[in-house]
Amino acid sequence: MATAPVESELGRNAAHRRSWRYGIVGRFLTDPGAVFGGVLLALLIFAAVAAPVISPYDPNSTDLVARNTPPAWLAKGSTRHLLGTDPVGRDLLSRIIYGARVSLSVGIIVTILAAAFGVLLGLFAGYYGGWIDEVLMRVADLFLAFPFILLAITIISVLGAGLTNLIIVLVVTGWVQYARLARGQVLGVKRTQYVEAAQVAGARDARILLRHILPNIIASVIVLATLQVAFVILTEAALSFLGLGVKPSIPTWGSMVNDGRLYIYTAWWVITFPGLAIMVAVLAINMVGDWLRDTLDPTLRVL
Amino acid sequence: MLTYVIRRLLYAIVVLFGVTLLVFITLRLTGDPVQMLLQNGTPTKQDIDNLRHAMHLDQPLYLQYISFITGAVHGDFGNSLRYKDPAFQEVMSRMPATLELAVASYLFALVLAIPSGILSAVKRGGATDLFTRLISLIGISFPNFWLGLMLILLFGVWLKWLPVSGRGEGFVGSVRSLVMPAVTLGLAYAATLSRLLRSSMLEVLHADFVRTARAKGLRDTPILVRHALRNALIPVVTLAGLQIGFLLGGAVIVEVVFSWPGVGRLVVDAINNRDYPIVQAAVTLLAAILILANLTVDLLYAVIDPRIHYS
Repeated sequence: MATAPVESELGRNAAHRRSWRYGIVGRFLTDPGAVFGGVLLALLIFAAVAAPVISPYDPNSTDLVARNTPPAWLAKGSTRHLLGTDPVGRDLLSRIIYGARVSLSVGIIVTILAAAFGVLLGLFAGYYGGWIDEVLMRVADLFLAFPFILLAITIISVLGAGLTNLIIVLVVTGWVQYARLARGQVLGVKRTQYVEAAQVAGARDARILLRHILPNIIASVIVLATLQVAFVILTEAALSFLGLGVKPSIPTWGSMVNDGRLYIYTAWWVITFPGLAIMVAVLAINMVGDWLRDTLDPTLRVL
Repeated sequence: MLTYVIRRLLYAIVVLFGVTLLVFITLRLTGDPVQMLLQNGTPTKQDIDNLRHAMHLDQPLYLQYISFITGAVHGDFGNSLRYKDPAFQEVMSRMPATLELAVASYLFALVLAIPSGILSAVKRGGATDLFTRLISLIGISFPNFWLGLMLILLFGVWLKWLPVSGRGEGFVGSVRSLVMPAVTLGLAYAATLSRLLRSSMLEVLHADFVRTARAKGLRDTPILVRHALRNALIPVVTLAGLQIGFLLGGAVIVEVVFSWPGVGRLVVDAINNRDYPIVQAAVTLLAAILILANLTVDLLYAVIDPRIHYS
């Protein structure tokens, strides 16, 4: 197959005579990193969705007789608990599978909300400029001046732990990056000729923003959002580790690591496998995110 | 140039006020410290009122804030509700530990990232590059608390080479106890830095002035060090200010994991204990350090890159 279009191939039939490798799907499938990350991600999503079906035990059912059972391949382990059990006898594998639900859903929800809010503000700030821009930038600097974790911890200690509060905190601390990015991108697009043409033609601001500016900045927003999902998952895990995450009845990878801390000398698997799950999830997302960035807009390498 | 510095300083002070206001309001909205302090015994209404008055909690919020600010400027953040001595002192006594951790992590990250980033860029596409990029990718995917625990498991529990927690005494002791926390905190930053340096370096290496230098007959190493590196470090410096914030934030978690006697751990405990004065003092001081660091980075940026000229 030709990998570069020849003179005679340009024209109507050129598209389906060129290699499949150049379409967006093709570019994904020919990048080993992207494929690896994509497969892992698909597995993760599958685990999260099919959790009740594929997990061997109920994640909250305790079995004090089987406390701290090692994983199946070790001496005192058994195939009944492939990855062992935690200090109150809950099956680790089941909890890890269910933990995927929390991590993925928190990651996605927070990112969508933060992106929507941040991009909206960034659009206005970038397009209208003036005092809106100044105020936004100062507020953004304010949020960035703070060690992020401290802000999250402080807010959670006010609102109390729990899923909704966790999401609120993460959105409040996360929207800033999107606003800054959107604003910067808008500043670039604002001066292009087609925007100028639209303005001269008398288009209303909302129309210009939605139909001309937004589609041009959406690529970078998507790249940022993908990489931020990973960051949100890490932060949720950290907050759960500190005991400030979701309620104890919901298994989440971070709190599982926290549960096992006391038993680090005797039951190393309790902290190892949940953390490994976090790492694999974040790695997969980062790989896909990297591919997205390289494909959509390589100039965003600083993200 | 001078006006720029002054403007930035004033602006920094405003941001500092904003931060303290944010923290102040957030903390006041949380649980009632009076109730927490008087848990033992049966306090009468009179007792509660007395304590509330002594802690100035019965005054309107804005008055409380004003007295807080006036105190803060003199370094008086009130007394810790738990330790009963000045909050400022409590925080400052732990500052050296946190700074030690932060500096060690930063140095570790630099030592790891600069050679790998440069190598990766110079040998682009080769095995070294691929390997480094993979390691960096894994590096930024680690949850830092888990990495810390894994290191403790490996080097502290199984191999017994390094102390499991706390800060050691004496030179050897403190260095040994610093290793794992510094590696934990620095690894993620090293990975980010390496990636950044690599892409920045790649861009610089294709620039005209590098081609000129090569055409003039300069050998590779001097080109790399004298010309390319200096330019490649510019985006690194610009992002350094932002990274310091992440470093301090990460320090909180690392301190908790390793029971490191620093400000981060103090703050986490204080937030759980509703110890306002300590949280206010710590946050104000940390924010001040951050803002100062950002300001320094901005000014440094103008020094390093002669093309930038602030009016």
